[in-house]
Amino acid sequence: MNRKKIQLSKISVFLILAAELIFFSVAADNFFSMSNLLGIGRQVATTGIAAVGMTILLLVGGIDISVGTMCAFTGVVCTKLVVEARFPIWAAVIATMLVGAFCGSINGFMCTHFKIPAMIGTMAMQTIAKGCGYLLTGGIPITGLPDSFRVFGQGYIGQLPVPLCIMVAAFILGFILLEKTYFGRHIYAVGGNQEAARLSGIHTKKVQMICYVVCSTLAAVAGIITASRVNSGQPAVGVGFEMDAITASVLGGVSLMGGEGRIINVAAGVLIMGILSNGMVMLDLSEYTQWVVKGMVLLFAVAVDNIQKGLVKKQS
Amino acid sequence: MEFYPGEVHALLGENGAGKSTLCKILAGAYSAESGTIRLGGEEYTGFTPAQAKQAGISIIYQEFNLVPGLSVYENIFLGKERKKGAMLDRAGMIQETKDIFEQLKVSIDPTVPVRELSIAYQQLVEIGKAIHERAKILIMDEPTAPLTEQEVGILFDIIRDLKRQNITIIYISHRIEELFALAEKVTVMCDGRVIQTLRTQETSRKELVSLMVGRELGESYPAREGEGSDEEVLRVSHLNTGKLKDISFSLYRGEILGFAGLVGAGRTEVARAVFGADPKTGGEILVHGRARQIHSPADAIRAGICLIPEDRKGQGLHLHMSIRNNISLTQIKALSRFLLVQQAREQALIDEYIRALEIKTPSDRQEVNNLSGGNQQKVALSKWLAAKCDIMIFDEPTRGIDVGAKQEIYQLMERLRQQGKAIIMISSELPELIGMSSRVLVMHEGQINGELCGAEVTQGAILELASGGAKS
Repeated sequence: MNRKKIQLSKISVFLILAAELIFFSVAADNFFSMSNLLGIGRQVATTGIAAVGMTILLLVGGIDISVGTMCAFTGVVCTKLVVEARFPIWAAVIATMLVGAFCGSINGFMCTHFKIPAMIGTMAMQTIAKGCGYLLTGGIPITGLPDSFRVFGQGYIGQLPVPLCIMVAAFILGFILLEKTYFGRHIYAVGGNQEAARLSGIHTKKVQMICYVVCSTLAAVAGIITASRVNSGQPAVGVGFEMDAITASVLGGVSLMGGEGRIINVAAGVLIMGILSNGMVMLDLSEYTQWVVKGMVLLFAVAVDNIQKGLVKKQS
Repeated sequence: MEFYPGEVHALLGENGAGKSTLCKILAGAYSAESGTIRLGGEEYTGFTPAQAKQAGISIIYQEFNLVPGLSVYENIFLGKERKKGAMLDRAGMIQETKDIFEQLKVSIDPTVPVRELSIAYQQLVEIGKAIHERAKILIMDEPTAPLTEQEVGILFDIIRDLKRQNITIIYISHRIEELFALAEKVTVMCDGRVIQTLRTQETSRKELVSLMVGRELGESYPAREGEGSDEEVLRVSHLNTGKLKDISFSLYRGEILGFAGLVGAGRTEVARAVFGADPKTGGEILVHGRARQIHSPADAIRAGICLIPEDRKGQGLHLHMSIRNNISLTQIKALSRFLLVQQAREQALIDEYIRALEIKTPSDRQEVNNLSGGNQQKVALSKWLAAKCDIMIFDEPTRGIDVGAKQEIYQLMERLRQQGKAIIMISSELPELIGMSSRVLVMHEGQINGELCGAEVTQGAILELASGGAKS
């Protein structure tokens, strides 16, 4: 009986996803076409990439709410390097990812070493990154990028949009990291019970630190893709972006307390959010309606998940 | 079952026998599927927690129900604060708290935050709360488990006092000696059923044990053969921490060294300092004659030292992880090649320990949380056996597990000793300590107060040293 329950909760997010697919296929005419589905893939790519990092960090018991402004800041850094410092594109991309990693290491250091709650520590970084983005640009978007820069956000590999490919790669790497490596076990162990993990000989701070770095580096990747898509370095993009990543993770059953959740389900969570936006656009629903529906889906999904996990007990 | 006023009625049974479940139903925490409870002539089919309180049933759980940050009197009056006009009647509540403790003949400052009290005093606060609620029936779940022998004595006096006030006490314990000292009646439970209710005067320890396990089983300790060698495996010299003063001792290959002392004497602190879990302010640790810098548990494991912590659920295990992930955790890095876990090797390791320790589970993917205390402890032991350390520190290895599992743990420790491991055993149960180890260090207030060897190891001698006395 117990086993059955566990298995049900493993697939509940996929059931919601299937229900959504069926609903929109019936309700909206052009929804279930290859070009539309690939379009969805491109739209969710940045959220998906950030969600991989967020999931890894949530699992270890942290959280990063600087992902949105990091995305804008790193986009600005990358475009500035290309346009003004005349970096070759590959070098700009690597440098930008290093900037992301560096910011992540600051997050990690402050949160683990000085024991600043992750919510507060990364909130400070959120503001700092936002300020840096505006300082670098003076509030004016950086333009004049070479056409070749468009490849990250607008290019195709065969039929497949490049951002979608990057997202899929991020999920595969995330899956291998979490499910197949010893480091993944350490992440779950630290997130599940930090003291027990430490007493098992795990360097808990190091593990947490790496997760912060991974999360910010992936935010930088999302930032580069976003900049490429809008073909400029905009300090104002990515508002509320971190919440999309957290929402997708939570939809996928990742516990905000750490230690619980599977990344495959997070992939489904990302798709649920993406399909919902796309489908509602096709049904001509306003963005305001979309917000209401998205919020309700989140509440519903988490409630169902908790019921199946047996967390909701009848109390007299 | 029937309970009468002014009696102490003990419930006895192995883990999972249903004692706690029964009590939780009485206290309204769980609801019964069928059956009735008759209380002073009134019949109930079930309670809510509030109804149970109203009917005069109070329960003291193993994990206390106190708010650590609030003071003693605030805890006692929690939810039923007394008011004077619009303000709280602080002075009145403090006075009444004082009266309650006077009645219990203990002195606790009502204004101190509960967090700062020792476990024994916290328990007294719980008892005070029950008295304040005018409980007619008081249920106590393993009240002596965290207490020292002295504190147990005080608790027993209080219980006898309550008995005289015509309060019924339902008393759950694993320690059979206590029942003879305290209870008029004892009900033995097994697998959720009542086996038999006996008068304690008319029964014996042996009879109770055999009723509990359903088979004859003398609580015995493995014969100790080929004990000790003069190969020094671990030497701790002049170890100091915030709490410990100048701890020095040696541990030899193939011995079980006992650590005795009252709760709070610093036994666990020694273990944690040696294991690198707590910072040291001074001292040296030599492993196999070589000085080792041990600043973290990871360092200790590298030096071949492991610690099976006392707090199994909080520190020893990951309750929400599977058995397999718990067992392989200490070795998962060694089982990997370039980051990737080699699944076949991991599986072999897990199977080996599940078989060797006879962990009872349908699957190694089962969450540890779903196992009984004894099986949980076996998982914790597997995890450390897998680390293949030759110095093993067991902190209260049999706490809260049933008689049968205890025996298995004793046998296992003895086997490890014979294999040449050096073992430190910390225990508050003196018979177990005396039965298992040939050499016992007794701690008192952060220091080692004496060492007992061979025939010197007796309950009397240990207690004398533990309470600060000298070796006779």
